Amino acid sequence: MFHYFLKRLGGAVPTLFIIITGSFFMIRLAPGGPFDRERVVPPDIMANLLKAYHLDEDLWHQYLRYLIGLSHFDFGPSFKYKDFSVAQLIAQGFPTSLTLGTVAMIAALTVGLTLGVWAALRQNSMIDYSAMGISMLGIAVPNFVIAPMLTLVFGLMLGWLPVGGWGQPANYVLPVIALCLPQIAAIARLTRASMIEVLGSNFVRTARAKGMPERITITRHALRAALLPVVSYLGPAIAQIITGSVVVEQIFSIPGIGRYFVQSSLNRDYTMVMGVTVFYGALVILCNLAADLLYGVLDPKVRYD
Amino acid sequence: MKEALRKLLLPAVAAAVLTAGAFTAQAETVLHRGNGAEPETLDPQKSTGVPEANIQYELFEGLTTYTPDGKIVPGMAEKWEVSDDGLTYTFHLRDSKWSNGDPVTAGDFVFAFRRLVDPATASDYAYIISDVVANASEISAGTEKDITKLGIQAVDDHTLKITLAHATPYFLGLLRHSSLLPVNENSVKAHPDDWTKPGNLVSNGAYQLTEWTPQASLTMVKNPNYYGADKVKIDKLVYYPTEDLGEEFKRFRAGELDVTYDTPSDQIKYVMANMKDQFQNSPYLGTYYYVINLTKEPLGKQPALREALALAVDRDKLVEKITQSGELPAYSWVCPGIHGWDQQFTDFKDMTQADREAKAKKLLADNGYGPNNPLSVEILYNTNENHKKIAVAIQSMWKAIGVQATITNQEWKVYLGSRHDKQFQVARAGWIGDYEDPTTFLTLFLSDAGPQNDAGYNNPDYDKLVKGSAMETDPDKRMKMLEQAEAIFLKDLPIIPIYHYTTKHMVSPKLVGWEPNVLDYHLARDLSFKD
Repeated sequence: MFHYFLKRLGGAVPTLFIIITGSFFMIRLAPGGPFDRERVVPPDIMANLLKAYHLDEDLWHQYLRYLIGLSHFDFGPSFKYKDFSVAQLIAQGFPTSLTLGTVAMIAALTVGLTLGVWAALRQNSMIDYSAMGISMLGIAVPNFVIAPMLTLVFGLMLGWLPVGGWGQPANYVLPVIALCLPQIAAIARLTRASMIEVLGSNFVRTARAKGMPERITITRHALRAALLPVVSYLGPAIAQIITGSVVVEQIFSIPGIGRYFVQSSLNRDYTMVMGVTVFYGALVILCNLAADLLYGVLDPKVRYD
Repeated sequence: MKEALRKLLLPAVAAAVLTAGAFTAQAETVLHRGNGAEPETLDPQKSTGVPEANIQYELFEGLTTYTPDGKIVPGMAEKWEVSDDGLTYTFHLRDSKWSNGDPVTAGDFVFAFRRLVDPATASDYAYIISDVVANASEISAGTEKDITKLGIQAVDDHTLKITLAHATPYFLGLLRHSSLLPVNENSVKAHPDDWTKPGNLVSNGAYQLTEWTPQASLTMVKNPNYYGADKVKIDKLVYYPTEDLGEEFKRFRAGELDVTYDTPSDQIKYVMANMKDQFQNSPYLGTYYYVINLTKEPLGKQPALREALALAVDRDKLVEKITQSGELPAYSWVCPGIHGWDQQFTDFKDMTQADREAKAKKLLADNGYGPNNPLSVEILYNTNENHKKIAVAIQSMWKAIGVQATITNQEWKVYLGSRHDKQFQVARAGWIGDYEDPTTFLTLFLSDAGPQNDAGYNNPDYDKLVKGSAMETDPDKRMKMLEQAEAIFLKDLPIIPIYHYTTKHMVSPKLVGWEPNVLDYHLARDLSFKD
């Protein structure tokens, strides 16, 4: 297992390297630069600006400079937010994004699994149909539609919850719902399908025949096996929560790093785009790895030797 | 599902109610203000935008400052003298202190001005004093290495002498510009990279910085050392970045904001019907226009065609039906509301729209364009819903006189590049003046203004008047020269003026002291809440 872990980690390095190189040159292909404004900066002053940020060097030098910086975790200064370095901005925003993502993921798993198991146990009943119908809606309606609707209903019409901002527990509710709804839907449907399959299998029938209490049959035997597809879905789910938070953070004015992702590419804030891309890239690679390792723990048939 | 939701919601709702209760129990007055974008920097010498300036004016005060209705009044300088040739300004500073207790000295201003033009600072806005203060351009360009040659000296701690390159009648107004605000030399030197962070930032204005979480909020509290501190009513300011106007508007309606940065134009109808008393709509120092690339045929060589296009734009309809927020139909380049400026207009200002269209058709026909040989024009705009609506409307207005217009949109930076390289025929543009003087508009189209003159306009008479006005010491004569220049410009029509901007803030009815002004500065030190 440890050997497998090291092998996967080794495989992640070239992947990251490709992400870094690809995004470094791709953002430079986009027309315009970080200091272009409607008020054209006089050439002398533009030269001072470019020099201060090493943008006057040729691209290969800048690329090497970036790689060298990156090797000791220096992401460079932000061209747009001049009072902060990219590392400072990510360090300041990431805990927020992480909290939001984690709470949304836990909520999605709790509600999704419960709904899925419930629907599987009451297969083809009203409960099953309504749970699955609602979850279909969760998949079909994107969160940039759900989020403004939630703020309209709970923030403005009912006035129960704040429509934006961060810091109070109440600030979590709407963003978490917007973020986890599509995941609840996906998890519930996956759980239901695999639960139905597992419930019809021989070992469940054996357990029931032995007279094992239904609760234990379900939780200890059936659920463990039924969880496998859900676990392998976790990797992509985390990636989706991360990309979803790009939208949700914007709508609810949440100070995470998702907002930087879109804004900094529009601003041509080269170092910030790179920083967030590399950081997200590393995060998704790590999450996928974690999901794979968890899979091995749950499924006796999988061995990483 | 319902059960789960209820479980999830209940504690949160309870918490919200509790915290709301805790807030109202506090006696201090807090202003919650939407401030557009996240500030790029709080460093006055490095910033460029309006959101930054809004915060900087709360924190710092320059030599001059403004009253709520926009008049220039003494700020850190108590009084000043101007030499007869208009080249030397001597300022006498008042006794005042920085938030850390240091006295504000003439040296702080010298430090800030030098910092602005120092190539090592890499300031975007260094050009603001480039042709104004003696030796500023040379230092920015690097041809003068000795930064002490800049035309600013501290005679003593309370006396500051500024020498100009040539007489600049709007200099006092310019001094209030955010890039010329003083900074505390010791604190900047002690924390060169971090001096703008809470705890390090030392300010001389009505407020001081206490918290700053990027993308979330920025908090300032009253500066007890400010010379006018006893008149400052609001204890605490919380500024929020509100890039999404729709969400900002919702937060205002939910009572989370007292002032908004802007009002979404698709909500104006609702606002006028339901919240008219909270809508602050007033003229702003800016013009929305279409710029014509004169280096391209046929528009570049045939002024009659440009006039036809300008005639066909029904400005009243555009502001009534599309922008809908009190914008003024524009027949000028320089915006109205500048003190001492006699506004000039295009010839067709007083014609009816029907007459204008008839004249436009005739002009086109006279120049060989007609149904069988329509004039085709391409409009370029940056991707934005409002710009699109206007472009589509203008496209159809031009169609009515037989002009075939196509519209193209480009992402902001791509569009800036196209304008910079003159890769367009007609492009949307907007300009907000840096200071209250016609030159903030007119100098854009000097023949040697470089890429900023994206029309490629070149009229020696215009250049002569605009440049000559800088040497004219009689303010009335100077204005006359600039008015003549504007009149020439509006005859040549390198641009099609569309409307003059207005500011559109939502302001809580509880707030007192909000007055419209053309620069759109509303300092919290002049505001208060009703009891």
